Amino acid sequence: MHNSNNMKEEIIRISGVNPTKCMRCGKCSATCPAYDEMEYHPHQFVYMVESGDIEPLLNSESLYRCLTCFACIERCPRSVEPAKLVEAVRLMAVRRQGANRMTANDVPAKLDDETPQQLLVSAFRKYTK
Amino acid sequence: MILSYFPGCTLKNKARDLDEYARKSAEALGVTLEEIENWQCCGGVFTTAKDEIATKLSSVRILKAAAEKSQALVTVCSACHNVVKQTNHAMQNDAEFAGKVNRYMAEEPYAGETSVYHYLEMLRDLVGFDKIREAVKNPLTGKKIAAYYGCLLLRPGKVMAMDDVENPRIMEDFIRAIGAEPVVYAMRNECCGGYVTMESPSLAKKKSTAVCENAVAGGAEMLVTACPLCRYNLEKNGATVPVVYFTELLAEALGVKEG
Ligand code: SF4
Ligand code: SF4
Repeated sequence: MHNSNNMKEEIIRISGVNPTKCMRCGKCSATCPAYDEMEYHPHQFVYMVESGDIEPLLNSESLYRCLTCFACIERCPRSVEPAKLVEAVRLMAVRRQGANRMTANDVPAKLDDETPQQLLVSAFRKYTK
Repeated sequence: MILSYFPGCTLKNKARDLDEYARKSAEALGVTLEEIENWQCCGGVFTTAKDEIATKLSSVRILKAAAEKSQALVTVCSACHNVVKQTNHAMQNDAEFAGKVNRYMAEEPYAGETSVYHYLEMLRDLVGFDKIREAVKNPLTGKKIAAYYGCLLLRPGKVMAMDDVENPRIMEDFIRAIGAEPVVYAMRNECCGGYVTMESPSLAKKKSTAVCENAVAGGAEMLVTACPLCRYNLEKNGATVPVVYFTELLAEALGVKEG
């Protein structure tokens, strides 16, 4: 198991984000369309990663609510790009052995006649490793 | 004009209309779209993680195939376009990433040489909206149409470089070119709920309904999109006006929709 400093460094490395640039304005969270369903919001990802408080993020449902809409990346006045941190923590979570969020067995129950292939491939890309 | 073309998996299945009308309309405008051979699915979403290599190889192979023919690459689906363009940008700007990717490439390395156009950009920059206006046989006169950009067509702005990210006009200009009237509304570049509908259908419902209600309040009689997932989410969550692909409207206006 990683310690929190190693995890922080790995997240920073794979995301390319520098959380110390954040000025805590909250604009990322204000614009986030998944805000209502998130336990930790984009600005919280930024300061929690900065302070090495990774474990709660790794176990949070918030990871699976981010829509990859790039709104927080676009609208952050300091170019912090919070969604890249969400992505890095999510990958750290689903890369763990047996931690896939979704399996092929879950799919039939979620399909309807109109489900586009794009939905399936996107969900697999986001929720599994 | 001959351009390389990547349709993507959804356009071969649930979104056949998006593909078929794109090809027919292109022919009518003097553009031949040459489908990349043996392409594989782009994966639907771009992952911003720098250490994700394998998941981006299909996009690089598509880009490289176009480069080998010295052709620009055209995509239609907003998601494919986003993934392929962001991958191309990473190949151009992230040397470490590009180096790792090129270890998987037989023969020549790829360094981001291909120009990537969304079909709408092709219409604007390579064909020209004026020429489209002249080619229109059945103008959609008086039809009030709301362009739904969603997230993937425009963002991230500095990578996609398609239009002003917060105040775009490419789809509105397209709507004007086919003789209809664009409805501009606040939610046109906000998310429909995307793939999170798998995890939380209620989130997708809330987001899609807000988009549709906002467009209808502005007087829209129809929503137009380039994204099969946007269309699915909007329709599934009770859109009160038809949601159509932009290529369908183009084919109709150009008189190539039937036969
Ligand atoms: S990319 Fe994710 S975290 Fe950022 S605004 Fe969109 S849903 Fe929220
Ligand atoms: S928008 Fe940017 S600067 Fe503001 S809180 Fe979010 S990450 Fe920090």
